[in-house]
Amino acid sequence: MAFISVFDVIGPNMIGPSSSHTAGACAIAYLAQKMKSGSLKRVEFTLYGSFAKTGHGHGTDRALLGGIMGFDTDDPRIRDSFQIAKEQGIEFSFTSDEKETEIYPNTVDIRMVSDNGREMNVRGESLGGGKIRIVRINHVEVDFTGEYNAVIIIQQDRPGVAAHITRCLGERHVNIAFMRIFRESKGEKAYTIVESDEKLPADITEQLMENPHVQDVMIIQN
Amino acid sequence: MTDFKNAGELLNLCNKKNLRISDVMKQRECDLGETTMEEIHSRMKKTLEIMKQSAHEPLETAVKSMGGLIGGEAQKLGDHRKQKEHICGDVLSRGISYAMAVLEVSASMGVIVAAPTAGSAGIVPGLLLSLQQQYQLTDEQVLDALFNAGAIGYLAMRNATVAGAVGGCQAEVGVASAMAASAAVELMGGGPSQSLDAASTVLVNMLGLVCDPVGGLVEYPCQNRNASGVANALVAAEIALSGIRQMIPFDEMLDTMYQVGKRMPYELRETALGGCAATPSGCAACGIHR
Repeated sequence: MAFISVFDVIGPNMIGPSSSHTAGACAIAYLAQKMKSGSLKRVEFTLYGSFAKTGHGHGTDRALLGGIMGFDTDDPRIRDSFQIAKEQGIEFSFTSDEKETEIYPNTVDIRMVSDNGREMNVRGESLGGGKIRIVRINHVEVDFTGEYNAVIIIQQDRPGVAAHITRCLGERHVNIAFMRIFRESKGEKAYTIVESDEKLPADITEQLMENPHVQDVMIIQN
Repeated sequence: MTDFKNAGELLNLCNKKNLRISDVMKQRECDLGETTMEEIHSRMKKTLEIMKQSAHEPLETAVKSMGGLIGGEAQKLGDHRKQKEHICGDVLSRGISYAMAVLEVSASMGVIVAAPTAGSAGIVPGLLLSLQQQYQLTDEQVLDALFNAGAIGYLAMRNATVAGAVGGCQAEVGVASAMAASAAVELMGGGPSQSLDAASTVLVNMLGLVCDPVGGLVEYPCQNRNASGVANALVAAEIALSGIRQMIPFDEMLDTMYQVGKRMPYELRETALGGCAATPSGCAACGIHR
């Protein structure tokens, strides 16, 4: 069982009113924006279940937009995130999908388009008490909470890539807490998510990219 | 490594080394969180600052909630305390105004500390800050009390639930109130077993409380329930401090609270389909504001 800190109980420090609908929403978007490359030009949110039904009254929309601009859950700028996004020239839209019922109640899909034209799709779930997880990156089902430092590697599903990754991390004395590989289908695109206790060295990206089957590397530090 | 899995183990640790619950919780945080006393102290100090601000601000300036169902209640209570004869006594009267204030701040997208959740965030600061004012207690004493409250909340998170969607309001306001009761006992000089008895008393008294937010918003009846959570905590703390023992230990009450929560119908677990949310007036209100 993961360590429950006193600050998980007396905390998080957050903008109200709801740990799941406000703080959780902000945390999902905050984590999602760490996966984008370049600076954000446009973002589209699709809200499901209870997020779609009661999100507006909980400020879920403002919290998502705040999180995508890198605001933490206790940042008072969340209240004015619509205005701030406009000032920063970020286009945004919200769509409610109340028809989709075969989905976790507090789910959001986030589509980010960067100024370099690259697109990133992330699906997140708010689990209550401010806890969240990312369940989909682009078209691949994943499971990732952001509680640890993590490196996400996008790769071709080929022999030896996982060995290359663990060798790189081992050489840099990074202790792997969890490592999982998710793939679209055999031989296609795959995602490796490695979570570690230590901070990841900033230049680990270049080392990981040395393998020709590694297409992209995202580092997510706590 | 200082750690405990239930209240029985916590009490053993306290008794063996003659420590307070807050001492054990602080040591646990340092050991398992790989941090120092200074670090957790300064972090909790920031927590206390946010609690104070959110408990005091709405008494000066009333704020309207995002959903439009609440706003201005804390100020009314504050004015009532100053101007008329109030019937609750200073500690409780001030405590409930602080608790309602925190929910007001939360519902208007202000900064609060979830304790253990946002919907129950008013109870711990409400009671502890009121006691601090009444008895001229130092911030250091209140900080310790917050670690005590954290120990109770941790046990609830570990061994039961603090989510209204899983266990109803008894899991949110009930647990918050148990945390406040235990912390209040330590703050007023009671021992660890008295703290745990007070926490147990709260769960006995709030067992079965459903989660039924009007319109699905964390506003009504949540704000009222935070006030009643302060009252329940105060009652339980007074009972424990007088030396009355409880028949059912906290671990057993936590377990039974969890069992009762799981047996609650879906409509009464934060779905806004039953309870207050399903009353004609509740529906009318959410029809207006949705």
